[in-house]
Amino acid sequence: MLIEDQVMDAQEKIGFRLRSLYSGYGYSRYKMSKFEEYDLYSRNKDFLFSDSVITFTDTNGRLMALKPDVTLSIVKNGKDTPGKVRKLYYHENVYRVTGASDGFREQTQVGLECTGALDGSIISEVLKLAAESLKTCAEDFVLEISHLGILEAFVDAVATDPRVKKQILECAGEKNLHGISRICREIGLAEGAEAPLRQLLTLYGPPRTVMPKIRQLASENGVGDFAGELGQALTVFTGSENENKIRIDFSATGDLKYYNGIAFKGFISGIPGSVLSGGQYDALMRKMGRKDRAIGFAVFLDMLERLTEEEWGHVEYRASQRKAGRKSVWHVCRSRV
Amino acid sequence: MYGMFAEAGFECPALLEPGRKLIFDNEAAGVRYFWVKPSDVAIYVERGAADIGVAGKDILLEYRPEVYELLDLDIGKCRMAVAAPEGFRDHPERTLRVATKFSRIARDYYTSMGRDIDIIHLNGSIEIAPILGLSDVIVDIVETGTTLKENHLEVIETIVPISARLIANKSGFKFKTEAIERLTAALERGAKQA
Repeated sequence: MLIEDQVMDAQEKIGFRLRSLYSGYGYSRYKMSKFEEYDLYSRNKDFLFSDSVITFTDTNGRLMALKPDVTLSIVKNGKDTPGKVRKLYYHENVYRVTGASDGFREQTQVGLECTGALDGSIISEVLKLAAESLKTCAEDFVLEISHLGILEAFVDAVATDPRVKKQILECAGEKNLHGISRICREIGLAEGAEAPLRQLLTLYGPPRTVMPKIRQLASENGVGDFAGELGQALTVFTGSENENKIRIDFSATGDLKYYNGIAFKGFISGIPGSVLSGGQYDALMRKMGRKDRAIGFAVFLDMLERLTEEEWGHVEYRASQRKAGRKSVWHVCRSRV
Repeated sequence: MYGMFAEAGFECPALLEPGRKLIFDNEAAGVRYFWVKPSDVAIYVERGAADIGVAGKDILLEYRPEVYELLDLDIGKCRMAVAAPEGFRDHPERTLRVATKFSRIARDYYTSMGRDIDIIHLNGSIEIAPILGLSDVIVDIVETGTTLKENHLEVIETIVPISARLIANKSGFKFKTEAIERLTAALERGAKQA
């Protein structure tokens, strides 16, 4: 069956293109149920975008939830694969309260999750696919990348109380340096004690210019190994066409109860929030009794609804160039019944 | 406030002309200003209608917008405080009735103390709530304390100091980094000199 290009909107086209991209890198489709036992989410509320979950009682009396997240289900339903890597992608709807909106919204996400014996090359591949995903959506994008191990070490140097650490990490995510200094004064630290953390958070920019400074600062503060990991992961972009779209930015944070190592967010010019979010979540795996390591990301397709025609036009043009004269149609296979 | 932006190279003389316009352009400087309600600034910035804005810390704490908070401008200083009728005696065994415009700030503050409260959300004239017996205390912004005094109220706790902050849209920051950093640095210099 042939489906004409124009019957699909930008979100649908991007969704299929991303699936094709991930499939081409050996990722298998993960199809999941719309429902999951509520207990899974109640035990991991901090991992979710919001505390609110739509629940209902199933016919057997179990409290169920319309899934507000995909990663938790993949982690829960997967098994450890010692020595191997499991590569999955998904294209699912989730139900959550976002931002300041008053009610629940259905959101479409396409993403991938990689679990198992991850090494540097897999992490680099996931970063590369994150950049390629953004490029599938628009020409003008930025992928910002940080390393939570480095950030945590710098935060630990000024605060050990989990409540204070959380406040400082929130400030880091807001680039709120004056807020960090205020917290440090409130807990009785001497003026300037937070200087290395402030310095880390002001190191923002392309890896080529920022990475040498990160290496030096991390090495001076005893986390040179983490800087090495970050540098190694970023080499995948060296000399690539996406190199100038990559930024190191330690304001890309995450809840340290679940996330560790590389963390990243993607932005597209003209769209106000991040359209892609991801990172390593070995800590979540441990929390859920898994030994595997894990990394993944999600692209929030509903954020792309208002892609400007100009932006989308560039992507369409590039896609049509790649097709090199092929008729612009989508081929969708349907099994015989 | 405009003076700080003008000094930083983001002039827009039209802003000073009398009238009821809400949007002011200076194409030569590549800048557009608009007036919105203080409580709406963070929404305009979060949603990308504005790249940057000036918002009070009270608004940022209450609405928690997804924005960068780049600078404490050190102006519009005041504090978020709990106020009560003069001579008020708290009864910890009772639920405390709190009237406020800032429900989230009040809830977070009392939750951190483990205190059971009943939030009464009001949109203005908060000071009269305890006088009329609607609430035991209020949580509100206190600048000089004159309004409190005139209504026989007094501050019993300071929750957090408040001042104006420079905020930026997270995505806009990625694509206009240089201009926003230049502005931030200039405003920081201006704030230090003031």
